[in-house]
Amino acid sequence: MTEIQRQNQTPAQLQTQVQTQKQTQTQSPDQPQISVPAQAQTQTHSKTQTKSRQTSKQMLAEMMAGHYQEARDAKERGEPVAWSTSIAPQELLETLDIKTVYPENHAAAIGARKESQRFIDQAEGMGYSLDLCSYARVNLGYKELLCSESENIPLPDFIFCTSNICNTVLKWYENLAKDLHIPMITFDTPFNHTYEVPEHGVRYIKSQFQEAIPRLEEITGRRFDYDRLKEVMKQSNETARMWKDAALTARTKPSPLSGFDLFNYMAAILAFRGKKEGYRLFQLWKEELDQKAAAGLGPWKDQTEERFRILWDGIACWPYLSPTYKALKNSGINMVTSTYPDSWTILYESGDLDGMARAYSSNYVNRNLDYSVDNLVKLIEEFSLDGIVFHSNRSCKLMDFRQYEVQRRVEERTGISTVIFDGDQTDPRAFSTAQYETRIQALLEMMEAKKRRQMG
Amino acid sequence: MIENRAENEMSMAENQTLADRKDQADMSVTAGERGQAEPLMQTCIKELSWIGGHPALAVKRLRASTEKKLMGCFPVYAPEELIYGAGMLPVGMWGGQSEIRFADRYVQSFCCSIMGQNLEQGIKGTYRMLDGILIPVYCDTLKCLCENWKTAVPDIPLLPMVYPQNRRTPSGMAYLQEELRRVLGELERISGRSCTQQQLREAFHLYEECRSQMRRFTEIAKEYPVTIPAKLRHWIIKASYFMDKREYTEKLRLLTDGLLTLPQERETFLGSRVVLTGILAEPDGLLEIMEDCGLAVAADDLAQESRQFRTALPPEAASLSTFEKIVHRFAAQGGCALLFEEQKTKGQLLTELVKQSAAEGVVVCMMKFCDPEEFDYPVYRKELEAAGIPLLYMEIEQRMDSMEQLKTRLQGFSELLQARKSRQIKRMESPPAKSGKSEPLGAGKDRQFGTASSRPEATNMVKREESEMK
Repeated sequence: MTEIQRQNQTPAQLQTQVQTQKQTQTQSPDQPQISVPAQAQTQTHSKTQTKSRQTSKQMLAEMMAGHYQEARDAKERGEPVAWSTSIAPQELLETLDIKTVYPENHAAAIGARKESQRFIDQAEGMGYSLDLCSYARVNLGYKELLCSESENIPLPDFIFCTSNICNTVLKWYENLAKDLHIPMITFDTPFNHTYEVPEHGVRYIKSQFQEAIPRLEEITGRRFDYDRLKEVMKQSNETARMWKDAALTARTKPSPLSGFDLFNYMAAILAFRGKKEGYRLFQLWKEELDQKAAAGLGPWKDQTEERFRILWDGIACWPYLSPTYKALKNSGINMVTSTYPDSWTILYESGDLDGMARAYSSNYVNRNLDYSVDNLVKLIEEFSLDGIVFHSNRSCKLMDFRQYEVQRRVEERTGISTVIFDGDQTDPRAFSTAQYETRIQALLEMMEAKKRRQMG
Repeated sequence: MIENRAENEMSMAENQTLADRKDQADMSVTAGERGQAEPLMQTCIKELSWIGGHPALAVKRLRASTEKKLMGCFPVYAPEELIYGAGMLPVGMWGGQSEIRFADRYVQSFCCSIMGQNLEQGIKGTYRMLDGILIPVYCDTLKCLCENWKTAVPDIPLLPMVYPQNRRTPSGMAYLQEELRRVLGELERISGRSCTQQQLREAFHLYEECRSQMRRFTEIAKEYPVTIPAKLRHWIIKASYFMDKREYTEKLRLLTDGLLTLPQERETFLGSRVVLTGILAEPDGLLEIMEDCGLAVAADDLAQESRQFRTALPPEAASLSTFEKIVHRFAAQGGCALLFEEQKTKGQLLTELVKQSAAEGVVVCMMKFCDPEEFDYPVYRKELEAAGIPLLYMEIEQRMDSMEQLKTRLQGFSELLQARKSRQIKRMESPPAKSGKSEPLGAGKDRQFGTASSRPEATNMVKREESEMK
């Protein structure tokens, strides 16, 4: 079957194909639950379940599979499909009912499936440096191969790019737009070197929202309904709050939430923030977590004791979820939070475009060092943290080139124990299990020594 | 130097192109001026090359020679007109060659060398003679440098600024105006005096004049690959960062006037002429190797050089306010990795530049760890290959302890270009010549040169049959 034929398969054909794939949804209790959206067999299975018995994990898998399927179906029907960055004003897309795919989600899934090397090789063969963000290399490679064991995403009809997560996406998506000869709608959110987002920055971002709307109307042939926008804004805020509330259950000691689950549910806060289903998913998840907390249950099914609580700074090492998770769990270390929950807690008054503009410039990596440090100190207190693991992610210079100073300041202010390890979000070559385990061991020793001092 | 008749014939078409150029370069020098021109030229060459070749000493000299305050400017593009209008002198900060001993407290080793060098030098105190430092944010590394700088180099006033990436939209242009006004206010505080409309207008006018002279210089210098070889050309351009632009513009004008009195050298030049692309082409040793390999610079697409001055104010902006002029000129810029373009034009720009300057190939000076440039490369590489333009990819850092690998690659590339030229000459000498039409690109024989690079797939020296370049 050629790549084009595969891409043009009907949903039923794809479903049959996926059902024969090796990896299953259900994992053993102590394995991190990898969110691999291409589980159509789960989709079939869940049809026979009633909603009340469905866990949030099952709902998540079903929703993500549906999300990708919808995009493929839309493409087949000739409707425009968008590729968007992860912290994007999806309110505009949702208002026009534009089916959207998030390449970062896709690359993460490919990484978790351990098939990223193939796409990386493809991109590097085209001349892309291994110095570049591996999400970009995976996606640019995927654009050529158009076939993965995870999900297949249709090529976009337009790009929807927001630079609040980094300037790298401007370059990555610039190349996609050029290569595919498609429009690129870009929201430039200037880096905030001041503590707060400055007013002229807010004006600039808001104007870009307003400039984007006629372009979106032109691309889709649909009329932008401002009343619908208000509804979507309201829904987006509600979903974001519920996401945050679910994540906040980890403040309990022991935490009912195993933080690696944050990495999984993250796919849904990207894809479903403006939708009711997103709200329901996080609501269900929160209920489950509340129940666990009420019963005094800790994060892990086998009831391993939560001895220490940490924050994971940075993106996950998707190809190494299992070893990174295990090394922590085996020592009773629970990752209870990260900077991710707040990144999608994008809140503003519904109908307030200025507030929305400000919110989209306010995520962690778009803020100055003072803010970042204050933010981490707040999380340390709020979540009763014992340690921080900084992922020096070869792919993410924006996070990395502040880490050393953040680490120093946070240690100085709070006395917390921290370690840094070298890894990568999706390039399997840039991680050493031995180094990681050594660093976690060092962190454990520091946290244990501190505990003894406090008790003694 | 042995005259090469065939090369003369080959370059006649190119000379025609030069004469037809619409550029505003003033190439006329009177007979009376000729007598004075050459000695003046030599003096200016000596002075500018010293300044460009010794930035630290040059800035020291500048400091001693003027009452004006000095404002350091990080790459890539800074609002120099505002700094000048506020009564200060902008000083470029394009890295250096220090050993890294302190910067690695702040950044990992995979930080681009210009930023790492600036940080290292900042911590060591190299910039203590500056009255302020402006950091414009164009990439992720610059964001972090800006933040780290606040802690690492706390004693010099820091002025961060963020240019818009949506440069051409009403929203982006309005934002940039506001940002420029804010920055001018900060500059006035540092300078201790305010900037009037008149002073800003004059500053912008001076910079337009300077950019025009710099374009004139590069346009004419390409005809003098012997008198203005690669390293000298670089020093002359780089000197602009360490001088009062008024003085620099005048000296450059005299230098270029002097060049015009000399017989042109291009036709008799036995080496090969190339276009350089990248952030910068340093260290000096790299340019020396290029010269040793017989390579001269026909034109450049370097952020440190031509990207600064190749874009003039668009005529439609001529009657606008100075702030608007700056905004419109910024919007008119293109083909730079640090400036977002919805349909990127870098490949087109390079192809046209090769044609306009009658260059024989492109040398990519890839600044190691520069993400924006690394993203552009595969796209323009494809376009240059389609146009049949030979390309050499080199990874460079400002501090390179050994350049043997680069020497091998440059030597090989030079030989490739020479071989192509010989084949072209042989074709021209065999009758009958076809009338005016370019031969279509043949299937070509791609030959992958083995390289010592750790990334062989990134180095592509392509040998193709091709028509004469138009």
